[in-house]
Amino acid sequence: MADTLKARDAKDVEAAVQWAVAESKALEVVGHGSKRALGRPAQFDATLDLSDLSGVTLYEPEELVLSARAGTPIAEVEALVASKGQELAFEPMDYGPLLGGPTGRGTIGGVIAANLSGPRRLKAGAARDHFLGFSAISGRGETFKSGGRVVKNVTGYDLCKLMAGSWGTLAAMTDVTVKTLPRAEAEATVLVVGLEDARAVEAMAAATACTCDVSGAAHLPAGVAVASIHVPATRAVTALRLEGVAPSVDHRQQTLQALMKPFGEVALLTGAQSRDLWRGIRDVLPFAVTAPAGRRAVWRISTAPGNGAKVGHAIAVKADVELMYDWAGGLIWAALLPSDDGGAAPVRAAVAAFGGHATLIRAPAAVRAAVAVFEPQEGPLAALTRRVKEGFDPMGVLGPGRMWAGV
Amino acid sequence: MPAADEAVLGRRGAIVRALSAIVSGEGVIAGEREMRPYESDGLTAYRQLPMVVVLPETTEQVARVLAYCHAEGLKVVPRGAGTSLSGGALPLADGVLLGMAKFSRIREIDFDNRVAVVEPGVTNLAITRAVEHMGFYYAPDPSSQIACTIGGNVAENSGGVHCLKYGMTTNNVLGCEMVLMTGEVVRLGGKHLDAGGYDLIGIVTGSEGLLGVVTEVTVRILKKPECARAVLVGFASSQDAGECVSKVIGAGIIPGGMEMMDRPAIHAVEQFVHAGYPLDIEALLIVELDGPQAEVDHLIARVAEIAKSCRASTLKVSTSEDERLLFWAGRKAAFPAVGRISPDYYCMDGTIPRAKLPLVLKRVRELSEQYGLAVANVFHAGDGNLHPLILYDANKPGELERCEAFGAEILKLCVEVGGVLTGEHGVGIEKRDLMPAMFSQADLDHQQRLKCAFDDKGLLNPGKVFPTLHRCAELGRMHVHAGRVAFPDIPRF
Repeated sequence: MADTLKARDAKDVEAAVQWAVAESKALEVVGHGSKRALGRPAQFDATLDLSDLSGVTLYEPEELVLSARAGTPIAEVEALVASKGQELAFEPMDYGPLLGGPTGRGTIGGVIAANLSGPRRLKAGAARDHFLGFSAISGRGETFKSGGRVVKNVTGYDLCKLMAGSWGTLAAMTDVTVKTLPRAEAEATVLVVGLEDARAVEAMAAATACTCDVSGAAHLPAGVAVASIHVPATRAVTALRLEGVAPSVDHRQQTLQALMKPFGEVALLTGAQSRDLWRGIRDVLPFAVTAPAGRRAVWRISTAPGNGAKVGHAIAVKADVELMYDWAGGLIWAALLPSDDGGAAPVRAAVAAFGGHATLIRAPAAVRAAVAVFEPQEGPLAALTRRVKEGFDPMGVLGPGRMWAGV
Repeated sequence: MPAADEAVLGRRGAIVRALSAIVSGEGVIAGEREMRPYESDGLTAYRQLPMVVVLPETTEQVARVLAYCHAEGLKVVPRGAGTSLSGGALPLADGVLLGMAKFSRIREIDFDNRVAVVEPGVTNLAITRAVEHMGFYYAPDPSSQIACTIGGNVAENSGGVHCLKYGMTTNNVLGCEMVLMTGEVVRLGGKHLDAGGYDLIGIVTGSEGLLGVVTEVTVRILKKPECARAVLVGFASSQDAGECVSKVIGAGIIPGGMEMMDRPAIHAVEQFVHAGYPLDIEALLIVELDGPQAEVDHLIARVAEIAKSCRASTLKVSTSEDERLLFWAGRKAAFPAVGRISPDYYCMDGTIPRAKLPLVLKRVRELSEQYGLAVANVFHAGDGNLHPLILYDANKPGELERCEAFGAEILKLCVEVGGVLTGEHGVGIEKRDLMPAMFSQADLDHQQRLKCAFDDKGLLNPGKVFPTLHRCAELGRMHVHAGRVAFPDIPRF
């Protein structure tokens, strides 16, 4: 059992990384550990636990800015901004249901390190787009910072982008600053029932290309249901979300319903029903460990939205797969029957054919050790990634091998 | 700037021949007169003729030029349209100026995926022009959008007046093809919403031409909002105007644009374009709402109410598209209008927390008196990006130096109140030496190590962004803190 080092402050984090450098130890950087089962199951000598680095240090709603210690629970951050009528507009998903952990766990640092987002990514971007500044300790054991607390900032390289989605492999963040935004007063969801995947992608493209300002576009094929939708699971459901001030939502849902009529039977969800649906889509509840598909291997595929159904089809002709689509088809969650490679062969082939990248989100550790979890890189790009890693962490003490073997 | 390498200049003839073999015909410019247009960018106070200008047309040519320069140890300065306001494209006497203007094709417009794939020499506005017949547009709109190129926008992470709602370049770029200094070609991202692996496209955007040369860009295009309306509000004090900005955002409203001008700017503009701006006020605010008609009508009424509650002395809501455009005509002409009332002006670009605006304006006025130079302020109020325009006369001895010193004071003030040195114009050579006001040595070292990962010899656009250049070998050295590690104090479980 590896040691756990529970840092009390940024100084402790610096000391721990310096120790790892001096002793050539590999550290696993964690907050709540809610996404620990994601990534390559690498060997670590010790766990650097940042969950005690907790607390919001600055929140100015009228400036749309919040700073917190990296280990602050994301639930605490979301509750605080909600109390002022605001939200994290990138709608970070909760990996709990999919990975079999409790819901509502995770830290703000983890949300950023994993570059989480949700259905609103389509309109509002991901964590990277709302991440303004940080302080961190790199794999060199040196404390450094980047960015600031203002939205518009081009001073020096935008290291925030590099930290977002680096899964703790470049630096251990200790303090972060994010943008907050007003929460919409009202929401409604237009449902189109019974569409095949390819037709659903067309419908979602039409919806996102109209002036309705859709803030979510997802497709649940027949058999893939979220409990809160009052439509039998035997029928496919395509969901289009509208958010904003009430008169605007009301006006747009009428426009959108009219636009969607030619595609199929149309229905409307409002209020709590709409919110529950999107939370279910955000957290991929149809493939939760407690769902019938709970034992399947789950992949997250990012592709051009228009290619969504083609990627899905390419996998389906080769494997037993359940699919659901978000981001107007640009995000595919694919649940494949358990196998030795977790379905890597058909998934990687489909991505190679249509572009994008795939990440193995859920599979037994043995499978995640046997196949590439993150999209494999080649040639100059792979070499560049390696050099970036070495620049920040030359001794390979921060999460070595978590993203790619040897990186 | 780094001192010119005499040995390189001694090889100039051979270098020009070698480059001409890669980019034949008119693609290499070596005559002094012909190179003159490239000696400066938008920061015209600085001029330098390059050693040679190369204008490649294909990715392969860019790759061969860079591979050659890498092998020969030659410095390269990339350039788009040359509209940089921070000297990002200022040439080097011993450097190759790599002009990307011939990369001017729109390669693909993909309405199904709502993206455009363009070459870096395409102008910002040309993207919108190419998609507007289908009701789409490209959101970031720097004021130089008629001339500036998307390649330059990527290099500088350009903004515009709509950033608060629609983001900067980095939030609107999905993919690129890029040539590294070694001549290797990499593709980052694509038409999908999130790039895999480390977010290198996020790093390249805003890297000021120091990491690679972009040869293709994939940008998001958005559906043009159904309508837009603006409110023009005058205030007797900048405090009132600042309060109004805060209250609008506090009310949960994110306007498409929210711009402020101070008294000197208002007067300069009104004399120039006669937009009908009131002259007996201290601050003028333009708030624009865009979206579906029902939403805009609803919100504009709320904004007007908020403005009244903040003691607005004048208030006009646009009732037609012509009137909305007239409100903007003045703001859009602010820079040339100031140019008319002064022989020269120097445009600053700090960002501050919005609430600090009254304090910063007061300090700027004090500094203005201290330095004996007038200043007009234009402010992207929504996102806190302040553009003080310092009026000076370059022909008066010492005035440029005094103006630069004044500008540096303003930027340090921005950092002091919690802001940053540059919101959208970039560091370039202009603010390079101010970087330590915002960053520690460790901060700068980590940025430069990233530079080393892309360009190990430091040949791409050297002398920009960083106050001191360190060799990569030096930056790569590890300092192992053995023996003085506080580690035993950390609780273990």
